[in-house]
Amino acid sequence: MESIWYKILGAIITVIVAFIVGLTYMGLSRKITARIQNRKGPPFYQNFIDALKLASKTSAIHHGFMQHIGPAFMMITSIMSVLVVPVLTGDQWFSNLNFKGDLIFLLYIMVFGPLGMALGAGQTGNPNSAIGVTRGLSQMVGFEIPWVMALVALMMQYKTASIVDLINIQQEQGVWLMFSSPFAFIAAVLAMLGMFRYSPFDIVGAPTELASGPVSENGGKYLFTLMSSNSIFAFAKLTLYVDLFLGGASNIVELLIKTFAIYLIPMLYGTVSPRYRTEQAIKYFWGWPLFFGFLALLYAAIF
Amino acid sequence: MINDKNSQKIVDIIQNWSRKHSIWVLAYGTGCGAIEIPPTMTSRYDAERLGVRGAATPRQADVLLITGYLTTKTLKRVIRVYEQMQDPKYVIGFGSCTINGGMYYDSYNTIKVLDKYLPVDVYINGCMPRPEAVLAGFGKLQQLIAEGKANGATKYKENLEWYRGNQKKIIPNWVMPEYNW
Repeated sequence: MESIWYKILGAIITVIVAFIVGLTYMGLSRKITARIQNRKGPPFYQNFIDALKLASKTSAIHHGFMQHIGPAFMMITSIMSVLVVPVLTGDQWFSNLNFKGDLIFLLYIMVFGPLGMALGAGQTGNPNSAIGVTRGLSQMVGFEIPWVMALVALMMQYKTASIVDLINIQQEQGVWLMFSSPFAFIAAVLAMLGMFRYSPFDIVGAPTELASGPVSENGGKYLFTLMSSNSIFAFAKLTLYVDLFLGGASNIVELLIKTFAIYLIPMLYGTVSPRYRTEQAIKYFWGWPLFFGFLALLYAAIF
Repeated sequence: MINDKNSQKIVDIIQNWSRKHSIWVLAYGTGCGAIEIPPTMTSRYDAERLGVRGAATPRQADVLLITGYLTTKTLKRVIRVYEQMQDPKYVIGFGSCTINGGMYYDSYNTIKVLDKYLPVDVYINGCMPRPEAVLAGFGKLQQLIAEGKANGATKYKENLEWYRGNQKKIIPNWVMPEYNW
């Protein structure tokens, strides 16, 4: 009975840690992008200043009920997904509120937030929002398929739908799943490129083209909510990748190193790529990522 | 505690500090001045290191940057954009045209003095002002924000009738919604 209180307290601390780490990673990505473009760039804590400023702005915008609820949907999704992902393995505090079958739960809950945001953006009546929403949902159709295939391959191969079981398997075998089921890893990483929405898959926000897409009518505190939910969600996704493919992390330093290494993949790919059009992005995901997803399924079925 | 003046002062200092270091600019490229914004933002002068960043929509922006002359037709749109922005908001008049008409001083269809229609916090002089001048203008705005003196928006609300009168004199077919703050 006592252990559940540890887990709940740990989960609350996890949300705060996720907020701080996610915002720092975003700030570091702005810095690294600037250095690649031969600029000095903002300080790495610039996003904290932005968040503080956005939180202190007024938000006198009213388009209807769903418009106020949309950012809350995103926040709920981020917090729920960070709660079920075990952050530190073998730790009393930070194994978090996971349960048998949490991988399937994650597959569903990760789609919930964008759908809620789509309803909220639809009610603002801004044409940019509507275009952004349609693009976002089409792109989601693209990258969800290889992502689901990778996860289903893992579930088939090891006959479990629990993240903790997968971590335990990796620790028993002494081999990361990244090496023991490589095709699933490749499919998942390629799907991640779309999930993080960096260039060339930034067709949803699309700066200078769509005027930030679904969030174009959200200012002030709404934008703060979206920004913090994005950072928490980024942390949740990165930790999930580390848990699934990189053998989890036993302490915070190891976690930070591994998550940042994963985070560098979409970011660095983004800094050297121009933006795709919508149909090109979907075609991309239904090409090689889907192929590797099929290979992963075959690999899982045969071995 | 909440209505305590000293605690409010501390909150103001923290908020003004964050506003000072995070300026999201809506560059309303009305005139030729818009050509000076890309070099200011990109590698050579890199305004992002000061926290100055482009904002996509008026809802997200802090600063309305009016680059160059304003025709009477554009003025209507600019007023709409300004009133969609969220408090605290600031206006930077960019180039000589916003100060006294500049080279369009005798034009029939541009406004001459921007301050009669929108509350300008900082003017950047020149035709065109170079990126150094633009950065100096942002520096001046940061200084004003930190001191709590960049209060153009409150001035606008207090003297709304005067501003509205001036605006309606220029725009004969006024079909915009009447806002009430």
